[in-house]
Amino acid sequence: MVCVSCVPETTSKINFTNNNTEFDSSQVQYVINPNDEFGLTRAVWFKENDGAEIDVISVGLENTDQILRKALAIGADRGYRINQEPTDSYQVAKLLSNHISKHNYDLVIAGRESIDYNGGMVPGIIAEILHFNYVTNCVDLKINENKAKIKREIEGGIETLSCKLPLIIGAQKGLVEESDLKIPNMRGIMQARSKPFEIIEDNTVETKTNTISFSKPDNHKEIKLLSPDNLDELIDLLHNEAKVI
Amino acid sequence: MSILVYIESNENEIKKSSFELLSYAKELSKKLSLEVIALVINCSNILTLQEFGPDKILSINQTKLNLFNAQNYAELISNVSKSTGAKNIIISDSVNCKYLASLLSVKINAAFISNVVSIPSSISPFIVKRSTFSNKAFCDIKINSDIKILSISKNSFGVNKNKSEPIIENIENDFIESGIIFESVELSSGSVRIEDADIVVSAGRGMKGPENWNIIEDLAKTLNAATACSKPVSDLGWRPHSEHVGQTGKPVSTNLYIAIGISGAIQHLAGVSSSKVKVVINTDPEAPFFKVADYGIVGDAFDVVPKLNEKLKVFQAENN
Ligand SMILES: Cc1cc2nc3c(=O)[nH]c(=O)nc-3n(C[C@H](O)[C@H](O)[C@H](O)COP(=O)(O)OP(=O)(O)OC[C@H]3O[C@@H](n4cnc5c(N)ncnc54)[C@H](O)[C@@H]3O)c2cc1C
Repeated sequence: MVCVSCVPETTSKINFTNNNTEFDSSQVQYVINPNDEFGLTRAVWFKENDGAEIDVISVGLENTDQILRKALAIGADRGYRINQEPTDSYQVAKLLSNHISKHNYDLVIAGRESIDYNGGMVPGIIAEILHFNYVTNCVDLKINENKAKIKREIEGGIETLSCKLPLIIGAQKGLVEESDLKIPNMRGIMQARSKPFEIIEDNTVETKTNTISFSKPDNHKEIKLLSPDNLDELIDLLHNEAKVI
Repeated sequence: MSILVYIESNENEIKKSSFELLSYAKELSKKLSLEVIALVINCSNILTLQEFGPDKILSINQTKLNLFNAQNYAELISNVSKSTGAKNIIISDSVNCKYLASLLSVKINAAFISNVVSIPSSISPFIVKRSTFSNKAFCDIKINSDIKILSISKNSFGVNKNKSEPIIENIENDFIESGIIFESVELSSGSVRIEDADIVVSAGRGMKGPENWNIIEDLAKTLNAATACSKPVSDLGWRPHSEHVGQTGKPVSTNLYIAIGISGAIQHLAGVSSSKVKVVINTDPEAPFFKVADYGIVGDAFDVVPKLNEKLKVFQAENN
């Protein structure tokens, strides 16, 4: 099972409407969250090399269908959308857990974090609710029978861990490389149209937080430009004005 | 009732980021009229914490906690929060802390708010500001749960000294061990870590090739800084992935970020913009990084960086 989140494309202008209470989605292109896409690509390798079947799921409203279709075109076998507006990580994780608990997944792949909310909590919450093993910041994953070997990026290095399935991971770049990402081809897009796609109505709403308003960082103060021939002044400013050296 | 601060360590040394967490907790404790408890695992130098105002230090020394394991640590913190009745838990925004917090939040039925950037603006209801959209915006979050875990963004609150005479208690704890087994670790040797560094020297495609990184490393060495790079540089294999910073790489929130030969694409800036002071060195005055930097030099890195390095060495010799 690959969990994907539908996020604004990375160059999107971040603006808010309705008195700064809502994200302004006009003119915003949505994409599969990059960390999730690394995970999806790894899943496709499990399909190609080990005969795995891939389900892809997202919590969201109708506009999420486009990324699920893309995931199907890239290689997922079945798509699910839990038809609720995502409002907080706990709610999303709970809804995903409800679905996961009804299927016998060996492996659940989510992204390390989404690039919009940046919570980084969904996979951990699912793991704890369902008693799966959980490893995030995952940069390599090998599975042999019932056992997984995982490399995790830590501060200052990489550690190797092992555990039994079922496992849930938080994917990031390294699990596959940028150049491994798959662009759907015509055949994939055509096939995706006939793949099973289910919209799930689950009215469990459990949130622990509400976003009440948004704001943007203060406008930046003017830059001080210095001549390359006057590096002493830069050092002086860093020392006396900015006090960082 | 109390505020529990999990003090992170690295090879049995307390991490500097803990001082900021304690400073935050102290400020919060005034608003909530609660005591501050610091939880320290396998550290020797715990007395350094008293500079930052904890009322109590709970110190645990157990060999089975020598290696970080998110599940075990979450289990332990969960037990401690239950036994102390702590409903407010303060942690750092490190990868390990965020990893354990998602597990902990379910164990203690808490709301977990990551990337918190300030003291709550209101206590009842509890409203706190966090950064979102990869630092391009902030949002105010109302927490509906009595129990909460806040992970504080590095350098967002600052360190305040506030000496106290904490009660020190050594505790033991028993927990069910996780099914995740540690096999081995490869540490990148010698260098300063991006996550801990006060200064980060970062370079981009403007460096032309990996063979030119010596001037970047020299500058970093002089400043006791970590080295970082833009995404294409790591994709091209010029530098390891662990140095890739930005929206899809590591976030950087340091005191001084020096961007050399980096254009300042939106995805790069998203990950580094919360650094306090930014310096850009670039031949192109139109490079977007100039719009967000505090100090800028329009110039050739191959000329400016070695000169800057020499001048910094002179400056350091004079100021020591
Ligand atoms: C989904 C997605 C996610 C991304 N995530 C990230 C991310 O996390 N981090 C990231 O960094 N990028 C990310 N990118 C890539 C980003 O869009 C840019 O392509 C990248 O940041 C550019 O890297 P750069 O500045 O090193 O290279 P360039 O844009 O090529 O810039 C090189 C700069 O060097 C300058 N230069 C050239 N010669 C010299 C010299 N001799 N001295 C001084 N300056 C010189 C040039 O003027 C130029 O400004 C992402 C892109 C996408 C699509």
